[in-house]
Amino acid sequence: MPNTNRRNLLAMFGLVGDDPPARDSKEQRKWLDTSPRERIRQRYFPNIELTTHEGRRVLFYDDLIKDKLVVINFMYADCEGVCPTIMLNLARVQKELGQRVGRDIFIYSLTLRPEKDTPKVLNDYAKMHGVKPGWLLLTGKPDDIETIRRRLGFVDPDPKLDRDRSNHIGNLRYGNEPLTRWGTCPGMADADFIVKSILWLDWPEEERSKKGGQK
Amino acid sequence: MAYISKRDRKREKDRKIAARNRREIIAARLTRRDLMKAGLLTGAGYLILKKGLSARASTPRDDPQSPPTTPFVEPLPIPPIAQPVSSLNPVPMVNPNTAAGEGRTRPHQALNLFPPQKLYLVTQQEVLKSVHPELPLQRLWSFNGQVPGPTYHARYGEPVLVRNVNGLPLDNGGFGLPSVSTHLHNGHTPSESDGFPCDFFERGQFYDQHYPNVLAGFASTHPPNGDIRESMSTLWYHDHRVDHTAENVYKGLAGFYLLFNDFDTGDETTGFRLPSGEFDVPMIFTDRVFDEGTGQLFFDLGNLDGILGDKFLVNGRIQPFFEVKRRRYRFRWLDGGPSRFYQFHLTKASNPSQVNQFWQISNDGNLLPSPKLVNNIRISVAERADAIIDFSQFAAGTVVYLENRLEQDDGRGPTGDVLPAGQGDKVLKFIVTGDPVVDNSAAPTATTQYYQLPGTADAPRITRTFKFERGNGQWQINGKFFNCDDVRFRIQQNSVEKWILQNSSGGWQHPIHIHFEEFQILKINGANPAGVNIARKDVMRLEHNMQVEVYFRFRDFLGRYPMHCHNTIHEDHAMMLRWDIDTTGDNKTNP
Repeated sequence: MPNTNRRNLLAMFGLVGDDPPARDSKEQRKWLDTSPRERIRQRYFPNIELTTHEGRRVLFYDDLIKDKLVVINFMYADCEGVCPTIMLNLARVQKELGQRVGRDIFIYSLTLRPEKDTPKVLNDYAKMHGVKPGWLLLTGKPDDIETIRRRLGFVDPDPKLDRDRSNHIGNLRYGNEPLTRWGTCPGMADADFIVKSILWLDWPEEERSKKGGQK
Repeated sequence: MAYISKRDRKREKDRKIAARNRREIIAARLTRRDLMKAGLLTGAGYLILKKGLSARASTPRDDPQSPPTTPFVEPLPIPPIAQPVSSLNPVPMVNPNTAAGEGRTRPHQALNLFPPQKLYLVTQQEVLKSVHPELPLQRLWSFNGQVPGPTYHARYGEPVLVRNVNGLPLDNGGFGLPSVSTHLHNGHTPSESDGFPCDFFERGQFYDQHYPNVLAGFASTHPPNGDIRESMSTLWYHDHRVDHTAENVYKGLAGFYLLFNDFDTGDETTGFRLPSGEFDVPMIFTDRVFDEGTGQLFFDLGNLDGILGDKFLVNGRIQPFFEVKRRRYRFRWLDGGPSRFYQFHLTKASNPSQVNQFWQISNDGNLLPSPKLVNNIRISVAERADAIIDFSQFAAGTVVYLENRLEQDDGRGPTGDVLPAGQGDKVLKFIVTGDPVVDNSAAPTATTQYYQLPGTADAPRITRTFKFERGNGQWQINGKFFNCDDVRFRIQQNSVEKWILQNSSGGWQHPIHIHFEEFQILKINGANPAGVNIARKDVMRLEHNMQVEVYFRFRDFLGRYPMHCHNTIHEDHAMMLRWDIDTTGDNKTNP
């Protein structure tokens, strides 16, 4: 083992060891007082432009996530593995959540194959799976979709497996953005349990009735 | 390791080089500024893709890094002992007191059989706590303002009732669900008091949990007092809210529950004469990440694999020191998760390569038949080990580190490599003092006897097989996912079962926890267990491609319980199942 004290390591990187001690422990650090909600937005929800299966252009954070209870998954139109089961499950979830979907709960399915899945392709796919208003299928620039996928952690730790689309992560990420409550469950779990899991992140009843009243 | 051979060899080599480089950077305590100056770190805080520096830089996810902290500046905190109250208002009832705001859904099975002799009132509430003087105060979740929670000192034959009150705030501070179910881990507890994941209760509600503190077998094989060989010592309690356990425990909802009896007495002059009082020290190890910008505890909501922290906390403080006297101590070590495995060694500062042996006296907090002299102890999430260390072997002034030498780079589990002495993570610094001290505890020897093991000769009523798998990133047991209402199988009350646990998930390891009854290992990969694995356990560390056969007696109580992976990220993502005990049982062999 080489001697790895700080001075030697700095020397390895071509720096002379003339810096002050590694940490000025007496120096009071200034901490950002950014809110947890804002930190979550910064880390997980880049405000990237996407296109819906209806051809509408939307911003990922501003239009899709902010102030909402959301359910997110990744899929692609000609996926023959887990996608059909998960889409069927989400259709059940949409049905059980009823008219709240499109009002304060939204479902988003992002394509992992944006180069093939144009809005038109997604629109056909949406029809095939009985997608109702409040559930959007989304495409965008490949790099942008990839950014969102990575930020949200729909990634296999083994890079080789991660490149294999048929092995893509089949989980759902769901969350209540203003309340900073988030969760994850398998997309192939029982639909009734997925619905329960989503509603555990719901607003408290008094707030919910207020929101309902505004509509 | 079998799984490594399947991987890309070159990548494995890169990873090792990168891991070594990262350790060197940590060891050299380079700051962010140093790294930026060297052109190795971008303004956004990412390590620049440079050959050999970070294998992770080429992988898809960037893991957050905590601000630097100076190690060993504060003493080890010892959680206070929980104090009973004289009465509870309203008075605890057999049936759920729904009208008064109790969240319990089922009547107590044994409240009248084992009337509580001690009552506790515990509120789960937010608290501002320091974890290190160089970090800001943290918004943690506590039991009665304590993180970790107060330590219960309970005794067999002395039933208790704990009233848990949910006083958590609506504003969760970024993660955590203010809805809780407190599980007493390893308790022989009636189902309605076990802290089943779906028995959660909401803000403003309370839940009475009845702990009979009775030995298994009291109503079946060994009436009326149970089987002394089933005595437990080191238990812990923690939040178990379905889907949100990892976050809630990460925020602080965990503590110790110690059980004593006429042998493990809590007095080192009697019974087994185990070190007691100030020399009986519980330690919960938790690794955490703190946000670089705000300094606040950070929980990665986008992590599906298992969360590793780059800060090592013992009893809620980052890398504390502990002054010890030159005598024997009993340490109760607990891996508090969420996902890291540890292998602890005693490393002398002045001579790191010296091997310092100590005694392991329990596995999962259950005393072994006899103490074992060991070089190290490995524990995965939720596993416990009681150790006896005799510091009289060290001269006054000696510094000894508790060092984790198990290499682990991500939530998949340890890599299989044990780091060289002095190259691991030093989680705690022992400083041996010269204070005069008496030691009335007994010196452990290889022939010291604690409790013998219950026999495993009774024929199982049924053998069941469980495969722990992963498909498209989704965790499953026998191809299925957790659902609160799905009873996957039914066990006949007072029967014996054999379970085969198989890890079929490739390069992943899983600490599998089964509630309510301890098991004994019959076979690991076809071989008889050896050493400290000849024991009673409640967590089975399923390593790569491992198959384990375990033996249970399910006795005394009825109701619902879970089995789950205790990598709490896996658990929250449905690697769990529900089973029930009833009077008939079923015959599902692959439930």
